[in-house]
Amino acid sequence: MDGRELKARAAISGLGISEMGRVYGHDASHFAAEAIQRAVADAGLRKEDIDGLLVSPGVSMTGQMGGVGLQNYLGLTHLRLLASMNVGGATANVMVQYAALAVIHGMANHVVCVFADAPLREGRGGAAAYSGAARPRPSGMGGLYSAFGVVGVNALYALAARRHMAMYGTTNDHLGAVAVAQRRWAAMNPIAEHRAPLTMEDYHASRWVAEPLHLLDCCLVSNGGVAVIVSRAEEARDLAQPPAYIWGMGQGHPGDMRRRGWDVETETGAPMAKEKAFAMAGIATRDVDVLQAYDCYTYTVVVTLEDYGFCAKGDGGPFAASGALAPGGALPTNTGGGQLSAYYMWGMTPLSEGVIQARGQGGERQAAKRDIVLVTGNGGVLDHHSTLVLSPHPA
Amino acid sequence: MSEYRRPIPQADDESREFYDGARRHELMLMRCRRCGAWRLPSRPRCPDCWSTDTEWARASGRGTLYSFGIMHQKYPGFEDEVPYNYAVVELEEGPRIVSNIVGVDEAALRVDMPLRAVFDDVSADTTLVRFTSA
Ligand SMILES: [Zn+2]
Repeated sequence: MDGRELKARAAISGLGISEMGRVYGHDASHFAAEAIQRAVADAGLRKEDIDGLLVSPGVSMTGQMGGVGLQNYLGLTHLRLLASMNVGGATANVMVQYAALAVIHGMANHVVCVFADAPLREGRGGAAAYSGAARPRPSGMGGLYSAFGVVGVNALYALAARRHMAMYGTTNDHLGAVAVAQRRWAAMNPIAEHRAPLTMEDYHASRWVAEPLHLLDCCLVSNGGVAVIVSRAEEARDLAQPPAYIWGMGQGHPGDMRRRGWDVETETGAPMAKEKAFAMAGIATRDVDVLQAYDCYTYTVVVTLEDYGFCAKGDGGPFAASGALAPGGALPTNTGGGQLSAYYMWGMTPLSEGVIQARGQGGERQAAKRDIVLVTGNGGVLDHHSTLVLSPHPA
Repeated sequence: MSEYRRPIPQADDESREFYDGARRHELMLMRCRRCGAWRLPSRPRCPDCWSTDTEWARASGRGTLYSFGIMHQKYPGFEDEVPYNYAVVELEEGPRIVSNIVGVDEAALRVDMPLRAVFDDVSADTTLVRFTSA
């Protein structure tokens, strides 16, 4: 057994997206419940059919053992599988992988995987929701971050982007090309938060957050929830939606010893995850028709392109600037606008759009060719990587 | 001379040798007695060989600039500082440490530039290890 026997044995049978974005007055459980209810209806299943629940709690879903209390909120009374999981933005794909293994091997039949969060408060900026507060007397070695004003995730991704710039000549024009391309896709996504056209001048004019990152290099912050249902392939075939068959699954967690030799900022776990997932799917990088790449920052897309071999190492910036990612380009990427322009649901953003594209339900923004849809997840500061290969074909 | 308003870190049990060393103007790191690997942060177990037989040893204070950023967001204590630089320095011994660069124009900061530690007594009981061009 090397994983190849798992190809297309499970499928994503349902997708539910709650009200999304600057929606106030609800907690994360509400959004999770909305998403789950919509996913169950989408699949043509009933509440009673759901016998597995995996939860990826965002930053605001803290009580109830990190989200598994959703079970009782939704009256799911015969779960054979239940857990809360967290490997950051890699979690969505990871949940689907464990769900797929569970349904393939008979642990459960229909497993719901959900992410929900409600960090936004009316009248408060998105950054406030994620950065926390510097303590007056932070302690231990971790206190150095507070002491030197290294607060929030923006600061850490800026370090990664700067290192890549120095090593490979990546520029803000390259990063901006990612933001501009994704905004063009978002214009065709009715549920995207930002659909107004974005120019390279707009990108450069957006304020610095932490150099070399502009505001428009950074993802949105959204309230909302997304759920998918994972079922055995032969069951998914008889449900309401065209199945998105899971052809390949992989994870890569190279670790970060924070010393010479560990350069996850520029060499992520993607190659490790890709190797397993592509072998399972029996594909090569050139076979990918549509890419949904985790995009917490523009830079994350650039380094992901390289680490999957869509271009040579170091050439992610020029590749993005070539127009390949945009509508009409050779590699349609983040076709719903992604987390930069549409909605920030961690790994559920690329996954939800991947399901939509594999089904052929992208409307105006549907990629012409959709035999192989690649979905990537990234957690921490490029510490954790997860891969899903989806296809509308059962083999 | 304005009052120092930025957060002042304090030692915990695992980092006391580092902070005490800084007060003496010495950069102290942990080193595994079994395999010799230097490490930071100061966890009790060596990630390479899992030994808990550990010593604190003085590092050279030399390193290179692994990466840096220029912060523009105003966090508490840093309102009057923006934009300011922050850095990850790769020490000669291997470990990387969070710090900032002093005495160098922002425009002159370069990834991989050689650096040396300087010690800034920010309060009666706390010294921060900053870096400057070597
Ligand atoms: Zn050791």
